[in-house]
Formats: sequence, structure tokens, C-alpha cells
Amino acid sequence: MLEPLSPVFAIGGGLLIGGAAALLLMLTGRIAGVSGMFATVMRIADAGPPWKLATAFILGLPIGAAITSLLVRRPDIEVKSSMPLLIAAGLLVGFGTRLGNGCTSGHGVCGIGRLSPRSIAATLTFMAAAIATVFITRHVLGA
Amino acid sequence: MRAIIPASVAGVIFGAGLAMSDMVNPARVLGFLDIAGAWDPTLAFVMGAAVVASAIGYAFSRRLRAPVFGKSFFIPENRRLDSQIIGGAALFGIGWGLVGFCPGPAITGLIYGMWQPWLFVAAMVAGMALQRVISTQRTSDRAAKADA
Repeated sequence: MLEPLSPVFAIGGGLLIGGAAALLLMLTGRIAGVSGMFATVMRIADAGPPWKLATAFILGLPIGAAITSLLVRRPDIEVKSSMPLLIAAGLLVGFGTRLGNGCTSGHGVCGIGRLSPRSIAATLTFMAAAIATVFITRHVLGA
Repeated sequence: MRAIIPASVAGVIFGAGLAMSDMVNPARVLGFLDIAGAWDPTLAFVMGAAVVASAIGYAFSRRLRAPVFGKSFFIPENRRLDSQIIGGAALFGIGWGLVGFCPGPAITGLIYGMWQPWLFVAAMVAGMALQRVISTQRTSDRAAKADA
């Protein structure tokens, strides 16, 4: 069990995430969907933002984390998953986010923010699937 | 491309938010998803605050004729629910629940000098490419049938 995170960091971080999405939309007209942007960067998207714009946004993500480590806090990262599990999960997340046209950022943060029925349905679906998966792996299989 | 600097600023702020709120830590995310265990509410606070901020931004953008550094807004107009979006979201959710990484935190986490985010992101690229190959094939099959 992790130490509880101060709600200041949780809410502050959330405001930064949503504020960044708002900024991107107002300044460039684009939705801050990480899976779609990343597919554009990797040149495996058929539609989407210009490559340079997507690459600028995606490169910003780890840079923002590095700045946070220097100025605010460095989060502890705890990954217990095995190598095969990481590969399987990555394949599912990559395949699923492209088939479903978005992930936690595009559907969750941006889509719910503009009350898109597709995004609300997608978010409820991936939340339910993730909760069910954790329940099965932790409490049924006991891993 | 005047939009590159604003896009990178937005990316930096987005990544900072993911790091500050611990969303880059899969153990934190799994703690939220584990409703039958020692439930960790962090993700709910993060998501709630993020949705409120993005909703305010969306409301403001509706008052603009065009984005500040662009010609028009690119907002998905499709409101139809289909099996692809539900099936895709379900597959994504299973992968998310298996290790606790979704695309944003995994890419952001590449900075911390651990191998796990790199392996996950590499597999994610493969999954994205596979989906594209399959969907392109299905589209061309359909076109071939239409021609026949």
C-alpha cells in the first residue's frame, strides 16, 4: 500500500493536465489525445494533427516530468509487472486505443469535458474493463 | 508552423501534471482500479480536476472563431456509438488494468531511467501498427468486394 498522496498534488496535477488540454485546444485547435498524437509521431496514423505539432506535444511530456522532478517532487515509480505482462499490456493498449480512437486523455479528460457521448461511453467501458481486470488478477487469480 | 511552441508548452504542462499527481506510477493507478482492495482515491481527484479544467477550456474555445495559432478547431463531430469504440475501449482497459500504464503516463515515464516504460511503449507501438494493418486490410477487402 502506497502512502496517500496529498490532495494538493492530486488536484494540482489534475488542473495542470486539464489546463494543458484547454491550452492546446484554444491555441492550436487540437484535442490533447495522447494515443492519437503518439500514433501520428510514429507515422502510424491515417488522420490527425500535423506531425510537428504532435511531436512537440509528445516530447513535452517527459520534459514536463523532468522539470517536476527538479522543482516539485520526483514520484516513486513502482512497476511489479513481469516482462511478458508488460508486452501483452502494451500490445492491448496500443491496439485498443487506436481501434477505440482514444485513451484516458482524449476520451477521459477532453471528451468528458465536452460531454461527447462517444467519449463518455468509451471512458465507462475502459474503466469497467480495467477494474474487472484488476479484480481478476488480484483477487481471483491472486497474483 | 506557429503552433509548435504552444503545443510543446501544453505537452510540458501535461507531463508535469502527470508527474505531480503520481499518475506516472502504475502502483498508484492500480490502487485506484482495485476497488476490492485498499482503495486509493488519488486518480479520482486527478481526473475530476482535469475534466473541470478541460471543460472550462472547451467552453472558452466555443467563443473563439478560430484557435489563436491556427485556422480552425479540430473537434470530433462523430457522436455515434459503434462496436469499434466499445471493443477498442474494452481492450485498452484490459491492458491498462494488467500493469497500470496508459499512453500518457507511459510516455512521460520514459524519463525516469527505468526499462519498464520503454518496453511497454515499444509494445504499444507494435499494437498500434497491428491495428492499422488490420483496419487497412479490411478497408481494401471491402473495396475489392465493392469492385467485384
